[in-house]
Amino acid sequence: MIAWQADAWWTLFGHFLALSLMSIGGAITLVPDMHRRLVDGDHLLSDADFTGSIALAQAAPGPNVLFVALMGWHSAGLGGAMASMLGIMLPSTTLALAVSRWVATRRDWLSVRAFQAGMTPVTVGLLLATGWLLMPHPGEHLRAWLLAVAVAVIVWRTRIRLIWLVGAGAVLGGLGWV
Amino acid sequence: MAETLAPQDAAPARPASLTELFVAFTQLALQGFGGVLAVAQRELCERRNWLTPREFIDLLATAQVLPGPNVCNLSLMIGDRFFGWRGACVALAGMIAAPMALLLMLAWGLGHASQAPEAAGWIRGALTGIAAVAAGQIIGTVLKLSAPLREHELGAPACAALAGIAFAGMVWLRWPLLWVLLGLGGLTCTATWFILRRRAALAQGGGQP
Repeated sequence: MIAWQADAWWTLFGHFLALSLMSIGGAITLVPDMHRRLVDGDHLLSDADFTGSIALAQAAPGPNVLFVALMGWHSAGLGGAMASMLGIMLPSTTLALAVSRWVATRRDWLSVRAFQAGMTPVTVGLLLATGWLLMPHPGEHLRAWLLAVAVAVIVWRTRIRLIWLVGAGAVLGGLGWV
Repeated sequence: MAETLAPQDAAPARPASLTELFVAFTQLALQGFGGVLAVAQRELCERRNWLTPREFIDLLATAQVLPGPNVCNLSLMIGDRFFGWRGACVALAGMIAAPMALLLMLAWGLGHASQAPEAAGWIRGALTGIAAVAAGQIIGTVLKLSAPLREHELGAPACAALAGIAFAGMVWLRWPLLWVLLGLGGLTCTATWFILRRRAALAQGGGQP
C-alpha cells in the first residue's frame, strides 16, 4: 500500500490535472473520460474498482469528488490517492479563488450582481436535476423512492439534524426494508 | 461596466478564528453522506449564521459555473471572504482532509473484509438506504434554497419557469450542461442586468422605485 510507485503517481497526477479545468458541474461529469484514460488506456485499475470507487464515495461522508482519491488509491496506494486529488483540485481551485476574489471586490457592480442573481434560477433548476437523477426508480424500488420523497419533504419543511435521516436510511436499508 | 449598487444585507455572524473555520468545515463534511450541499446550507445559514440564504445561493451560483466540485469551490469562497487566502486553504482542507482519511480507511477495511458475505449484504442494503436519503436531501435543500427567489429581480413566476426549463433540459431533453449555463444562464443574466440598471437609474433620478 505504501510502495514507491513514482511513475504511476505522476501518470495519475497528469491525467487528473488535464481533466480538472473541464470539470464544470463537478468531477462526476468526467467519469467517462476518466474511464477511458485510467481503465482502458493505462490499465491502472480494474473496471470493478473504478465503479466501486464512485459508489463508495457517494455513500460515504464528504464531497463526492473524493471518488478521485479512491481511484488513485486503487491504482497506486496512498501516494496515488494524494497525487490524484492534487491533480484534480489544483487547477480548478486556483481558478475558483482568482475568480471569486475578482467577483468579491466588485460585489456592488451592476454586472457582477446581475451575473450572480441571474444564475440563481438556473442553478436551482440544475441542482434539482442532480437530485432527481439520483432518486431511486419508483417502479423498481418503490420503498426507496418513498423514503427519498419523505426525506425531501422533511428537509424542506423542518430543521431536523440531517445525520438522523442518514442513520434512519442506513438502518432501514440494512434491515432490507428499502 | 462599473456601475454600482447599494451593498446588500450581510449575515449576522462570522467565524472567530481559522481554527473555528477548519472545525466547522470538517464537521459539516463528515455529516455530508452522499454529498455535502444539504448539510452545508444547514450549518452555514441556519446554525452558524455565517451567510444569509441569499448570499449562499449567490455564491453557489458562481461556484456552479466554475470548474471543480461546487461545494469545494463554495468552501474556498467562504474561507476567502472571512480570512483571505489562508481562510480559503483552511476551509478547503477542512472539507477534504478528514473525509478523505476516513474514506481511504474504509476502502482499506472493505478490501480486507470482503470474505464476509453476510456483512457485505448488510452493508450493501445500508448503502442503498443512504443513497435514497441523499437524493431526498438534495431535493429538499434545493426547495429550501429557492426561497430567496421570491424576492428575485425577475419575479417569482419567471424564476420558477427558468428553473423548470433548466431542470427539463437536463433531465428529459439531455441538453449538455454547458448549453444550459451559457444559453439559459446568459439570457437570465442579461435580463437581470437590464432590470437592475433601470432600478438604479430610477433611484438616482430621485424618483420612487
